[in-house]
Amino acid sequence: MGELQAATLAGGESVLVSEAKAGNYAAFEELVNRYEKKIYRLGMNITGSPEDAEDVLQDTFLKAFQHLAGFREDSRFYTWIVRIAVNEARMKLRKRRSSKEVPFEETEDQDGEVLVRDYADWKPNPEQSLAREEMEQILRNAIQSLPPGFRTVFYLRDVEGLSADETAQLLDLTIGAVKARLFRARLWLREELSKVLGRG
Amino acid sequence: MSLVNCRKAVNQLSNYLDGELDAELKKTLEAHLGKCHHCHAVFDTTRKTIELYCDGKLFPLPDDVRARLHEALRRCAQRV
Repeated sequence: MGELQAATLAGGESVLVSEAKAGNYAAFEELVNRYEKKIYRLGMNITGSPEDAEDVLQDTFLKAFQHLAGFREDSRFYTWIVRIAVNEARMKLRKRRSSKEVPFEETEDQDGEVLVRDYADWKPNPEQSLAREEMEQILRNAIQSLPPGFRTVFYLRDVEGLSADETAQLLDLTIGAVKARLFRARLWLREELSKVLGRG
Repeated sequence: MSLVNCRKAVNQLSNYLDGELDAELKKTLEAHLGKCHHCHAVFDTTRKTIELYCDGKLFPLPDDVRARLHEALRRCAQRV
């Protein structure tokens, strides 16, 4: 075991961050190794584009490297880079501005309650009945059919596991807005996936 | 199937999945889900939807993308 790994095991991630701040590139690289897969997945989920996801990945870690001295360590390193990555992904979306809007008003009744248009159950173990690439494409198409603000909330809450409060702070939304968007996004995605995975 | 009950059940879906319902409402909702196949399917497949997106095997980081990331970082580090 190398010195860096041993020190990290003894002192946790803050040792790596301190080492990286002191100019130890190997320590920074170790931090990248830990989180590169998750940041790429974040980019894919929010932008839906492999090219944009690669840009998000590179720009996030380049910015983290360049601004590491400014990281005050009052949150986890990962929380800090997620914040950078979400901002990068949102900038990509703003440049594109082509995502179609979901006609959500059609999914509400007159009391403002959400209507479910499809109660279909799914085939058992749908992910096992399709090739991985096919399943990825289905999931990518479904999440891309959501407006960006909704899929970002869905990703942060349900995939990243951020709390409603953390998500609200990150996206400058109220907690109520986060909950409402999450609810709509979950139902929408389910209905989109049901078109392919439902018994029928 | 009572449409009114089903609508109200579905509108509690997120709160239920997030464990934010009080005990009494949770019990009432679960009693409904036990009787209503339609709502049960919606709740179950919504949970599956979330699980599919959480699957760490989806959107894997391609080797060439990873290689370009580390190359870009090394170049940046050399300039500092």
